[in-house]
Amino acid sequence: MVLTAIGAVALAAGIAFLGLSKDEHASTRFWAVLLQNSVYWLLVVNAAMFFLCATTLAWAGWTQSFRRVVEAISVVVIPFGILAFIVLMGLVFGHQHHIYHWLDTEAVANDKILSGKSGFLNPTFFTIWSAITIGGWIFLGWNMRRISREADVQPFTVEEGKKWIFKNTVHASFYIVLFALTVASSIPWLWLMSIDAHWYSTMYSWYTFASSFVAGMALIALFVIYLKNQGHLPYTSEEHLHDIAKFMFAFSVFWTYLWFSQYMLIWYANIPEETEYFKARVWGEYRGLFYLNLALNFLSPLLVLMKAGAKRNYTIVSFMAILIIVGHWVDFYLMVMPKPLGDHASIGWFELGIAIGYVGMIIWFVGRALEKAPLVPMHHPFLKESVIHHT
Amino acid sequence: MDVRKFVVGLFDDEKVLFPAVKQVRKAGFRIHDVYTPFPIHGLDKVMGLRETSLHTAGFIYGITGTTIALSFMSWVFTSDWPLNIGGKPHLPLPAFVPVTFEFTVLCAAVGMVLTFCYLCQLAPGVKKHHFDARATDDKFVMVIECTSETTEAEATALLNAAGAHEVHTQIAEAGWWFGTYDKEQKLYDESQVKVAH
Repeated sequence: MVLTAIGAVALAAGIAFLGLSKDEHASTRFWAVLLQNSVYWLLVVNAAMFFLCATTLAWAGWTQSFRRVVEAISVVVIPFGILAFIVLMGLVFGHQHHIYHWLDTEAVANDKILSGKSGFLNPTFFTIWSAITIGGWIFLGWNMRRISREADVQPFTVEEGKKWIFKNTVHASFYIVLFALTVASSIPWLWLMSIDAHWYSTMYSWYTFASSFVAGMALIALFVIYLKNQGHLPYTSEEHLHDIAKFMFAFSVFWTYLWFSQYMLIWYANIPEETEYFKARVWGEYRGLFYLNLALNFLSPLLVLMKAGAKRNYTIVSFMAILIIVGHWVDFYLMVMPKPLGDHASIGWFELGIAIGYVGMIIWFVGRALEKAPLVPMHHPFLKESVIHHT
Repeated sequence: MDVRKFVVGLFDDEKVLFPAVKQVRKAGFRIHDVYTPFPIHGLDKVMGLRETSLHTAGFIYGITGTTIALSFMSWVFTSDWPLNIGGKPHLPLPAFVPVTFEFTVLCAAVGMVLTFCYLCQLAPGVKKHHFDARATDDKFVMVIECTSETTEAEATALLNAAGAHEVHTQIAEAGWWFGTYDKEQKLYDESQVKVAH
């Protein structure tokens, strides 16, 4: 289970690259890659948290048999949150104005648009809000897992069970509210959209959320399939896989819907300050990736996962899950790179190394988290509903 | 007219119905149909029904809609009546996407509804015999057709053994006919029965 080797290789690669960072382009590349990966993987594991709380809030029964897998993935929000915070602070206080143009105080003072935005885009607000956000995710995630462990101790009476479910619901709703205020709105504006400081899109946060959520579902699917193949999830069957794969399929289409809504409105209106975003992505060096993004994240899930039989097939779902995770990594790459690096971005050993390092860390941290709790919440009142679940 | 003899068993609970269906099939009887007040997950599998190909039909209708919408708009805007709209190219694919999407959904939806009605023999004025009106309320009704191999006595005994709280025999029309549901339908007598083999 532990593939620390990959992580170590990438870490070494990253440190080796640090030496090169005296060159301005190289240092921008270094920080941009770190930003892209730390934000992407943080949002992906955080999607597990969202899935957990949304299903808890909806009193979903079917998720209980693999709920602990989702919880284990949500543990990774702690290390990845801290890593992302370090990277973001490195950007803000390292004064990386090639990435966050609004950090350049002189440029902001001479720029009507940027000075208009400076109430929101300034280092103080950025730091405080990022800290509150990541701290909130970590705290509420810990809280949900703590409550969930109460289902391991002893069977509930009916009254206790009702109270416990209500408690779960209330605590899950705290997270959902924080999620709406962060991932679904302000965090993508701050962390990603402000790279293109002059540009804005009202679809951006939803689009980022859809991207990270579908990749998060793919990650859950991978871990569920892996543990099932190892014989650890006795109550999870292809019925549950079918529903997870439905999420992957549906949210791939949802992602496309948001992606296209953003693209089409900008294309149709054809206003220069809006089209500059897509000009760099469609008509420059990124053209190939731009279409690859659509092929990976829309066409392949749509066509491959459409049939019910494909959603119940462990091999096909594993393959599609990996494809979706890679595809949305490319999507985040396209969000981050074009502005700071222009036409000189590349996908080389450093980009891939850091990505593989994050994958290694996910496997390692989730593996450790899985060891700490029983894999099935034995006394969860909804467990039976999950055992007999039938799509 | 295709009048047949049916043994009708009424069940109170789906928990009794499921094993009963299994038992009847295991004994080698063919179930004419099971009527329930609400859809029951997994009943189709227990009854051994073939998986529906309605979704395949839906996919084909959808693809047809996509093709029609895209080819029609392309033809109109490139060769039949080219218009300059805001300086956009004559083949503005992004602008076609919403219309294509909607037309795909429309074709798939309407096509599937019509196919479903055809498969279930549902149409205005088409009437089928219903074995027990309580199947729309709180009873689960299992119907076995009497054939040369299935006698009335056997089927009745089996349904009773399987936990039906009421079993009776009906001689009724097996297919559909034109009529309305406001009139009480008459049952037929023994002499009109055609026995299937």
